[in-house]
Amino acid sequence: MDSALLSLLGAFVLSLIGLFAFIWTLRQGLLVENPRAASVIFAPGEIGQIDDPALPAREQGAMQAAVAPRGDPVVPADLTEHADRIAADRSTAFPVFVFLAFACMWLLVGSVAGLVASIKLHHPDWLVDDAWLTFGRIRTVHLNAVIYGWSTNGSLGIIVWLLPRLLRTPLYGAIWTMLGGTLINVGVAAGIGAIAIGWTDGMEYLEIPWQIGIFIAVGFVMVIASVLFTLANRKVEHLYVSVWYFVASLLWIALLYVVAKLPGVHFGVQQATTNWWFGHNALGLWFTPVAVGAIYYFLPKIIGRPVRSYNLSLLGFWTLAFFYGQVGGHHLIGGPVPGWLTTLSIVQSVMMVIPVVAFSVNQFGTMQGQMHLARYSPTLRFMMLGGLMYLASSVQGSLESLRSINTVTHFTHFTVAHAHLGMYAFVTMVLFGAIYFMLPRVLNWEWPYPKLISLHFWLVVVGIAIYFVGLSIGGWLQGVAMLDAARPFMDSVTLTLPYLQARSLGGALMTLGHFVFVGHFMAMALRFGPQRAGAALFVQMAPQRALS
Amino acid sequence: MDSDLKLVSGAMVALGLATAALVVMPYIQVRDIKPPPQLKPYTDQQLRGRAVYIANGCVYCHSQQPRDRKVGPDGARGWGRPSVPADYSYDRPHLLGSMRTGPDLFNIGARQPSADWHLGHLYQPRAYVPGSIMPAYAYLFRVKATADEGEQVVNMPPGRVPEGKVVVASPDALDLVKYLQGLDHTYPVLPALPAALPAKP
Repeated sequence: MDSALLSLLGAFVLSLIGLFAFIWTLRQGLLVENPRAASVIFAPGEIGQIDDPALPAREQGAMQAAVAPRGDPVVPADLTEHADRIAADRSTAFPVFVFLAFACMWLLVGSVAGLVASIKLHHPDWLVDDAWLTFGRIRTVHLNAVIYGWSTNGSLGIIVWLLPRLLRTPLYGAIWTMLGGTLINVGVAAGIGAIAIGWTDGMEYLEIPWQIGIFIAVGFVMVIASVLFTLANRKVEHLYVSVWYFVASLLWIALLYVVAKLPGVHFGVQQATTNWWFGHNALGLWFTPVAVGAIYYFLPKIIGRPVRSYNLSLLGFWTLAFFYGQVGGHHLIGGPVPGWLTTLSIVQSVMMVIPVVAFSVNQFGTMQGQMHLARYSPTLRFMMLGGLMYLASSVQGSLESLRSINTVTHFTHFTVAHAHLGMYAFVTMVLFGAIYFMLPRVLNWEWPYPKLISLHFWLVVVGIAIYFVGLSIGGWLQGVAMLDAARPFMDSVTLTLPYLQARSLGGALMTLGHFVFVGHFMAMALRFGPQRAGAALFVQMAPQRALS
Repeated sequence: MDSDLKLVSGAMVALGLATAALVVMPYIQVRDIKPPPQLKPYTDQQLRGRAVYIANGCVYCHSQQPRDRKVGPDGARGWGRPSVPADYSYDRPHLLGSMRTGPDLFNIGARQPSADWHLGHLYQPRAYVPGSIMPAYAYLFRVKATADEGEQVVNMPPGRVPEGKVVVASPDALDLVKYLQGLDHTYPVLPALPAALPAKP
């Protein structure tokens, strides 16, 4: 069958499915707003109350005073619900701390490796005497350290901390979570060592040898077992949307990893499609749902106001689940793969606009009239920026998958910049925000030097801005030069040099920010710092109303 | 949404669809493709060289997938005809690549058959391509006073080797060069006949 007929048939089937889905949503009453479900993350009396544990008490008062009143009825606090939350937090404190500590360690390893790799691209004769420092290896160490080390540990920390809160139960099988986390990190450490000595499976995002990958897979299974057990023992009827994102993402990444790593099955071109099925889904079906789920919890919680439209968040979930999984083929446009496959991936990449717009409209609706709170709360700033960059990176990704644009950007640094917009400006920002929120609850200690949070924020924001803008321009020019057969290939190399240097500058600022962040983390964990009685405000406020 | 069953089954259906499209269907489509008769399986030395290529991450800057002229001027740059799935019959893992920080290498063996050029270029790319940002692979070579028996001395342009010393290639470097020299997919391939079309008597 030719592709025109196939796509017509596909469009017909799709529209039929869409019609049935619409009828079904009408019957389920999903087109009516559902504020009750959106409010389950709040104990009675909490709506209208800001909550940012990263802020000292005085600043919380300032932030509370700045909340635009909405006339929500005052409800007396429900002590049993608070007791449940405290029990949930207590049960997860140690596993979450372990995940976050590992995450911080890998963040530093990954940042330094990334910076070295970046500098090597414009100083190719630097550090050439050791095999493990060559670009091809140190770049891969960077990628695996930030993907499997930093982002995965951070994501697991968020999931393990939030799920018991949302399910109003202590974490069941915490020992299995710990054991699983340990196995994952043993696997990551061994895998990165293997890459450094040249033992690799050789495919992007799947470099860690499958023999070591067994540790990671088994570790995930243990964490999932504990999570599912907690889910089965929940005290709540309703599953908040973040729970959907978290549980699904855990199942997805475990299956993705196992299927992609199956030794001896994949070969040739099929291996390439599997490679990118995994590669893009690691972002699309693992980090994205975790980060989106985190925003759906933290952002409303910080500002004390339920998400604007709960049903929109569910629409976002299902459209993400069905569209994102199939976009990976757009990494092989023009390559020796079946034409229908790249076309399918391009179509689904464009369809990704739906979940992204659903999410963004919802966030803007939720934040409406409360944007100014970002001046008070650094946690909120990280979250809002992350959410905004989700919109930016996804829309950019949809455009980039179109053949007309892809023909320029394919094989260039533009793609690298785009990947960092997604994994850094979106996912990593959300992870930072979440850690600033969670850690005071996990450690029962305040962040000792609040000014460092601000410093961290501005270092990484300026860093990623320089990185992204510089590399995007450089990558685009590189692509244009490569397309012009009249220009020698070397033109596309030499013209990128200033942009590669800009990338190193941006990367250095980000790395510096990470050292500030991890130093602050350690100071807090080791109970350093002054006993604080109110610290510098982001915004100097008139004397605040007392926190009610 | 209250049901964990709905959640888990829905999530699995979504992933199942994606897996069917991107993993299973390509598998079915390419598993029966025969390697072209002119494409020889890798020799042992080429396989060792391929392992060196993989271990040092060459794939992160070099693609191995020349594309059609409609997509880009790959052919005009001398990178070869558009590749087809059969060209990759012996490739495990695949090395299609996603970056062209350096040029496509699918036919580098045809374009640059000289072992001397490859060895020297690996030792110091800028001695051959001014402005290149490819790393120097000094660790694949040794600089010593005299070469021992059986060691291959790299012929470098003057001024690139310290006075009175020679550069000798490690076995890894020699294997890698054998692999690169073997990257030659210039044989012609015909598009497969549509299966539905009956062969003429």
